[in-house]
Amino acid sequence: MSLIQTASAPMAPLMTRAAQALKGLTPGKVLTFLVLLGGAWVVIFPYVWMISSSLKPTDEVYDADFTIWPKTFAGVQNYLDVLIEQPYPTFLLNSLIVCAGVLAVQLVTAIPAAYALAKLKFRGATILLGTVIACITIPINVTSIPLYLGLVRAGLLDTYFSMMFPFLVSVFAIFLFRQFFKSYPESIIEAARVDGFSEIEIVLRLIVPAAVPAVAAFSVFSFVAHWNDLYWPLIVVQSQDKMTASLSMMQYRSEFDINYGRTFAAATVVTIPMLIVFFFARRAFVRGITMSGVKG
Amino acid sequence: MARLELKDIRKSFGGTDVLRGIDLDVEDGEFMSLVGASGCGKSTLLRIISGLENADSGQILLDGRPVGDDPPSGRNVAMVFQDYALYPHMSVAQNMAMPLVMARLPIYARLPGGRLFTPHLRGSRADIALQVEKVAGQLRIDHLLSRRPAQLSGGQRQRVALGRALVRNPSLFLMDEPLSNLDAKLRVEVRKEIVELHRKSDLTFVYVTHDQTEAMTMSDRVALLRHGRLLQVAMPGSLYFDPATIDVARFIGSPEINLFPARRKDGTLSFAGVRLSLSGGPMGDSDLMVAIRPEALVVKGAAGVASSPLEGPQFSIGVTREAIEDLGAEIVIHGRIARMPDIALRIRAQKSLHHAGPVAVPAQFDVRASLSSLLFFGADGQRINGVTAGVAQKALAR
Ligand SMILES: Nc1ncnc2c1ncn2[C@@H]1O[C@H](COP(=O)(O)OP(=O)(O)OP(=O)(O)O)[C@@H](O)[C@H]1O
Ligand SMILES: [Mg+2]
Repeated sequence: MSLIQTASAPMAPLMTRAAQALKGLTPGKVLTFLVLLGGAWVVIFPYVWMISSSLKPTDEVYDADFTIWPKTFAGVQNYLDVLIEQPYPTFLLNSLIVCAGVLAVQLVTAIPAAYALAKLKFRGATILLGTVIACITIPINVTSIPLYLGLVRAGLLDTYFSMMFPFLVSVFAIFLFRQFFKSYPESIIEAARVDGFSEIEIVLRLIVPAAVPAVAAFSVFSFVAHWNDLYWPLIVVQSQDKMTASLSMMQYRSEFDINYGRTFAAATVVTIPMLIVFFFARRAFVRGITMSGVKG
Repeated sequence: MARLELKDIRKSFGGTDVLRGIDLDVEDGEFMSLVGASGCGKSTLLRIISGLENADSGQILLDGRPVGDDPPSGRNVAMVFQDYALYPHMSVAQNMAMPLVMARLPIYARLPGGRLFTPHLRGSRADIALQVEKVAGQLRIDHLLSRRPAQLSGGQRQRVALGRALVRNPSLFLMDEPLSNLDAKLRVEVRKEIVELHRKSDLTFVYVTHDQTEAMTMSDRVALLRHGRLLQVAMPGSLYFDPATIDVARFIGSPEINLFPARRKDGTLSFAGVRLSLSGGPMGDSDLMVAIRPEALVVKGAAGVASSPLEGPQFSIGVTREAIEDLGAEIVIHGRIARMPDIALRIRAQKSLHHAGPVAVPAQFDVRASLSSLLFFGADGQRINGVTAGVAQKALAR
């Protein structure tokens, strides 16, 4: 008796809520909903396909009639192959080291630079800002050959340093943060100067806490970009033990694989860290993009 | 507690001269107000005193020591900003503690987690917390210490800003229009509190405002700034009754002082249809300006208006009424001189306490005033001292 009562009590308002929602439903709303649903499916389908295929044996991946859940479940085998037989943990760790290292140095260099460009008055500030903006337009492809030659000379190929080097200073980050810092109230900075803050402490204690959304947004951008980067690792990485996750995917396709189930399992393993990063930073990321969008 | 001296401070921004040679002495423990119209350079001068801005030339001395090259933190000045400028990500307690933390703790102890590595500084931290609580108690904001600035009302934020400035015993207390974001009632209240604060603390205050009421009611002395120059530095009373130039006379006092172009010829002064004999002062024929405060004019023949008795020789002018502003206890009458309609006249009069009905001012009426309440200015706008007006032989006192 009492069980039924407690169970049905929350049910009742739920039902009426559902009924109310249905009552407010106009054909227009239904249409909107369907369009959004279609869009979401288009975006999500490749992931569903990837995960689904990673659970199948190779011949079923090729099967004409696609089922989301495999007919023959080969998931355990595929993932064990990837995680244990192949050095995937090493690849993932390499990617993580490169991405985290790049991001850390980018933040350490970009935040003070952006503060200087946004809030300090000094000779040549305008020209410097113009230079920063101009640098955004230079693609990595232009600088890669001189960088490569330099790294060869220095004997630094196939090191973590060489993998990070071209990305350590991000002009995009400088510009993004500068736009964000620009709107920070001048009088608070002046109050801080009167109170005895050093400029570094103004940045650390006042500016950065206010810029968390921008920092989060940029961090996601940077992390994803370097996790997925194929171009530069392909140039400087030579040995297996410096191989990054995305680079390893390419090696699979070319060398061994006929085993598509396993390839998809590897792809899943490589993408999952990105999903985790995004889920943690999602709210701040969205806020950062929309805010900088309004002001930029 | 310090004596501030400014010597020939100049500042220009991209070719515009904002300050054109400011000389000002502020005594130890004095409350000095800087007043002036918007854009006259008050904030710029205050920022130069605080060190946030550098003067192009000139000297700033604090207790005789030149501080022009010191950074703001090296001058031990505290500043309260118009928009309060509280640190948004910190609690009230942290906001108020900041100046002390910066002054008393070394940089490694201020870093995040610095507390863990510096147990030997526990005493200093406790002192700071104690000092913050003491000041918060004085300002009656001790119940707000854990809040963020966004969770406070305007008046509360104002008090926190004052508190943050007060905690560290500054030698100089600078305020830039600290009350202008408050509503009228709160403004009067905080005004009183700031005066009280000054009286108790003996600190030297430099207070910027464009509100002359604030300046007149709060200050020991008022410095009037206009177009980057100091017009006059004086006690509020003498600024009002004894202005040095016509600009001072016009800026101070509301409604504005009445001005009449006048001519001095053969020892006789004529203005607004009035003829007076004039003795003393520079001799010779010249054009002058005669000024008189709106409340020195006494209305005759209006119902419900108190007419205070006048002393000494007097004169009278016929006025055409134009508009009346009722301010409650008093009225302001706007009119024109009957015989010279291009000269406007403002009269401030107390309402009579014994009159029940509405105030009735006839369309044409006479005002009287004592000759002693007239002020004389030369054509260059400078005050002419030592002049005495007397009733002319064929006086017009009808
Ligand atoms: N950083 C600056 N660059 C250029 N011009 C400036 C700068 N700061 C102030 N000015 C100019 O200097 C003049 C005086 O400014 P200031 O802020 O001192 O005026 P103020 O008396 O405080 O006025 P208000 O009562 O409106 O606050 C203004 O004309 C202003 O435009
Ligand atoms: Mg100002």
